Amino acid sequence: MRLEPRAHAPLWLQLAAPVGAALAALVITAVPLSWAEAPVLTAYAMLAQGALGSGFALTETLTKAAPLILTGLAAAIAFRARLWNIGAEGQLYAGALAAVMIGSGTVVLSPWLMVPLVLVAGALAGALLMLGPTLLKVRLGVDEVVTTLLLNFIMLLFVQMMVEGPLQDPMSLGWPQSMPIIDEAALPRLVERTRLHIGLIVALVAALAIWLTVQRTTFGFEVRAVGANPHAARFAGMSTTGVMVRVGLLSGALAGLAGVGEVAGLKGFLTQDLSPGYGYSGIVVAMLAQLNPLGVVLAALFVAGVFVGADSMSRAIGVSNTIADLIVAIALLTMLVASLVIRYRVRFG
Amino acid sequence: MTARPPVLCLAGIGKSFGDLVANDAIDLSLGRGEILALLGENGAGKTTLMNILFGHYVADEGSIEVAGPDGRLAPLPPGSPQAALAAGIGMVHQHFTLADNLSVLDNIVLGTERWWQPFRRMGRARQLLAGLIERAGLAVDLDVPAGSLSVGERQRVEILKALYREARILILDEPTAVLTPQETDGLFAVLRRLAADGLAIVFISHKLAEVMAISERVMVLRAGRVVEDVATAATDRAALAEAMVGRPIPAMSREPLKPGDPALVLDGVDVAGTDHRGTMHGVDLTVKAREMVGIAGVAGNGQGALAALLSGLAPPAAGRVTLFGGPFRPDAVTLIDAGVGRIPEDRHRDGVVGDMTLWENAVLEDYRRHPFRRAGLLDRAAARAHTARLMAEHDVRGGGLGTPARLLSGGNMQKLILGRVLDREPGLILAHQPTRGLDIGAATAVQARLLEARGRGAAIVLISEDLDELLQLTDRIAVFYRGRLTPLLPTEGLSARALGLMMAGHAADEALAETAERRTDAA
Amino acid sequence: MLGFAVLNPTYETVSDSMLETLDILLTASFWAATLRIATPLIFGTLGELICERAGVLNLGIEGIMVAGALIGWLSVYMGADLVTGVALAFLTGVAFGLLHGALTVPLALSQHVSGIGITLLATSLSYYAYRIILPDVPSPPRIEPFQPIVWPILSEIPLIGPSLFAGQTAMTWLALALVALTAWVLYRTPVGLAVRACGENPAAAEAQGIDVTAVRMGAVAVGSGLMAVGGAFLTMSAFNAFFFEMINGRGWICIALVVFASWRPGKALLGALLFGAFDALQVRLQQTIGGDLPYQLFLMLPFVLSILALIVMSRRAAYPKALMVPYRKGER
Repeated sequence: MRLEPRAHAPLWLQLAAPVGAALAALVITAVPLSWAEAPVLTAYAMLAQGALGSGFALTETLTKAAPLILTGLAAAIAFRARLWNIGAEGQLYAGALAAVMIGSGTVVLSPWLMVPLVLVAGALAGALLMLGPTLLKVRLGVDEVVTTLLLNFIMLLFVQMMVEGPLQDPMSLGWPQSMPIIDEAALPRLVERTRLHIGLIVALVAALAIWLTVQRTTFGFEVRAVGANPHAARFAGMSTTGVMVRVGLLSGALAGLAGVGEVAGLKGFLTQDLSPGYGYSGIVVAMLAQLNPLGVVLAALFVAGVFVGADSMSRAIGVSNTIADLIVAIALLTMLVASLVIRYRVRFG
Repeated sequence: MTARPPVLCLAGIGKSFGDLVANDAIDLSLGRGEILALLGENGAGKTTLMNILFGHYVADEGSIEVAGPDGRLAPLPPGSPQAALAAGIGMVHQHFTLADNLSVLDNIVLGTERWWQPFRRMGRARQLLAGLIERAGLAVDLDVPAGSLSVGERQRVEILKALYREARILILDEPTAVLTPQETDGLFAVLRRLAADGLAIVFISHKLAEVMAISERVMVLRAGRVVEDVATAATDRAALAEAMVGRPIPAMSREPLKPGDPALVLDGVDVAGTDHRGTMHGVDLTVKAREMVGIAGVAGNGQGALAALLSGLAPPAAGRVTLFGGPFRPDAVTLIDAGVGRIPEDRHRDGVVGDMTLWENAVLEDYRRHPFRRAGLLDRAAARAHTARLMAEHDVRGGGLGTPARLLSGGNMQKLILGRVLDREPGLILAHQPTRGLDIGAATAVQARLLEARGRGAAIVLISEDLDELLQLTDRIAVFYRGRLTPLLPTEGLSARALGLMMAGHAADEALAETAERRTDAA
Repeated sequence: MLGFAVLNPTYETVSDSMLETLDILLTASFWAATLRIATPLIFGTLGELICERAGVLNLGIEGIMVAGALIGWLSVYMGADLVTGVALAFLTGVAFGLLHGALTVPLALSQHVSGIGITLLATSLSYYAYRIILPDVPSPPRIEPFQPIVWPILSEIPLIGPSLFAGQTAMTWLALALVALTAWVLYRTPVGLAVRACGENPAAAEAQGIDVTAVRMGAVAVGSGLMAVGGAFLTMSAFNAFFFEMINGRGWICIALVVFASWRPGKALLGALLFGAFDALQVRLQQTIGGDLPYQLFLMLPFVLSILALIVMSRRAAYPKALMVPYRKGER
């Protein structure tokens, strides 16, 4: 078997590869499913039904897709520049924390000002949290993978400290949760009587904006060059440091926005279990999308569908909903293998 | 001539990659103690052939037989470097394969012990090596990290590695590319001694003078085929050159021009070093318009620092730099805008972004300027049109506008970079090893473009390890040694030998006097 | 501004706590705890070090430790003896290591992404398996864990006796022995030389007839096995049950420790012990002066310390030169 580099990957292949990877993940997951003595086909049918089968299911999937699009974009833009931001989870919490600090009554303005204010505050907080690891990387060469990972734990403990301390809701009867977001700062609902909020619009606009930035602007040109070959980029006069810092800020800001959406759009207050690992799932989303910002939207819908569907499937046939994380993890690995097919032509003999 | 017992016999070797036929029915036989030169341009199939012999590739057809210690020929199992090593084939690669952080001893012993051994028998290894070093004249310190060695020493370690494994056949891939003429003499003395001891040697090169000096027999490859197999005594350089290229080689002519105003003046400039580029101290240099200045030196002696300075990647730590009579700002963008063109030493690393398309690479230095940038957006249509013109003007082949640059051949990649640089009509050009690794056709094209730029009025700094190239193209030459640059000497009156002595640290007048003596001796 | 009052204890409390700190450092239980906290880190750091010395970053460590913790504990819970449990945990690590190796060595895929994938896979698979095997237990079932080994005579030595020679289980002794063994193999045997060569310059190793793919795969498999044993220590020696989130970033800390140790086994032991000491101190300080400060600040300490260690070592870090550089045969 030999691998030959391709000059071009045809568009159909670029689309088929992630679809194939997702299907392969489902096929592989049949093994643990049948281990749980679950009827595999029924299980998948229920998963699909739970994700897409009703208006409610659809809005739930879209609601879950919003943070995944944002954390997926955070990973996609950073990975493009070979900045390994694995800290979206922590940045998400930073964004949520900022939203609560601004939006729980500290400032009271009209919703037209208040909603943008919490969004900006959350984005800034996420960006700020990513600034440290980025600067450590470009200035001192400290590996950002480890620092961003460790910051996730620090951030989570900090959030815990805040919701048990200064930010704790006095009405919560001792539960570790923050004061609620005031109505003026809450992200408006998109569809009445559902949980879908304008966070989804924010995410879609962000995806389009990032796509335009990467593909059409000179900054995006720099990002791609720095990511693909930093030596040549530097030789051509690009500031690799400057590009990295800007990408780091952008990536952190996107993850921070995801946190704002969860706290100000969905839950209404901050707890230490706000995110079921959206930061980490964002990496899967970005990889399934081959780091393409528009692909991120589709990949996020898939991952959100798996999460929502698995929940209702697990209620129906009693398979643990941890199966969702398993499917997503396998999808990451199958996509990694599929990326080989996009880049290389496999020849036998 | 073939009275010697054969130690290696390749018959009908063929290998293709996709549509490219790299080797076509190649026969090669080598006798005990024989020195065979394998001559050919880049891409002629030399490296492929040796990779097949060494087990990195499997041949599509043909057979390889190697003599055992008893002298009997036996087939070599294909596709296994281990088998090649066990059969007594040693290889010194062009890019040395030493692990820098391991000691010289570890590098040599690596892979020779049984892997399950719980201890390493270093005493025995040292004893054996001491004998080899003595016999072959390959002095080297066994206990320092390989990374601390000079180029010449590294090569000695590579040869020791092969001898330690009791190689009966030694293959050297372009072994002189990085050596001074004097170091080359030293290497040749070692090789002759080893051959006299019975070692069979394949010497791969494209340098005709060296092939004539060292080999007993020459085999010429062209486009994957053997086009000549002849005793060295029965041929001459011109015949070999023509066999290698397949047509007579045009002589590069440099018309004398009257230099103009100084484009670049360095006055006592220091540049701090990094690991791979070396430092430079107190360098004085003046390069005028319509002048090509050559910079020679053994790699790591300071030319890397000069290149970094002129590329805008390293600031001067001391001294004064004047560019076109004005101030100098050590920043790539400023330099490009001021009219400095830079051709990097390593085009894959610094010249192109391999995963980006040709049109993106063509505007890699210009994307921030009109007409490619409009309100923060990249004007793709303008960039593509620009690239199409560049590719036509500079004869870049092997891909379309949307092809990833990594798929280009070295020559076409260099032409693209050259086009990108020359299109701005720069007043000062830094060309760092612009023809390294190119075949003669592409190299001549690059050299012609540089001379053309000189005729147009550009000042050119040509840094090269190819002394013939420097002597042929430049008006004046200076030599780097341990970070210091000699004064510029007129190229007329210089020889490769004189440059070699200066590269080894001899003063210019001394070097000139000595080579002059040798010339009178020879006459 | 919110934390200012609590972060500024009175002068008396500061000097009191300094005295208390000194007291703590002189107790055997403190040093016993230090070793206990350090043990899983020693396993994990050695495992990661072996992978990285061969040129492969293994971000699967966090998940592999989870899997090791589950399998070791589960084996014993299902009736195996403790040694078998450790062996099965090791083999589980080897299996995940081979998967990571297959993706990153012969297929040369991104070591970052594959590692994260292995962590997500091993973690979710472990949780899923736990839920299937124990669908509805109110509290995590317990096993009879490793007991401390009491050495005759040696355990009578003050301070060292009770902390080391009477306070540690077989797994801690195994970890200490493995430090010496790893150092021996890396620096004194042909295998170790081959591993180091593959991490420094695979092309050089290949030119000397070494099968780079086999060496790297082997190193990742063995290294991952050790990581899993480090996880198993938590469920089989430190605690006696399996909880979700029990690895809690220890794998990531090990990766920082490898950098801190400059890829040397001896320094890895030192780093893990230093780390264990800080963590043990933090737990005790939390008990003594903890009333004044939110406990989360203490829990953050290990992570903050890891980042600081990375920053301190950044200037001196001598990475294996081919770390994260994939190698394809014959391609240079």
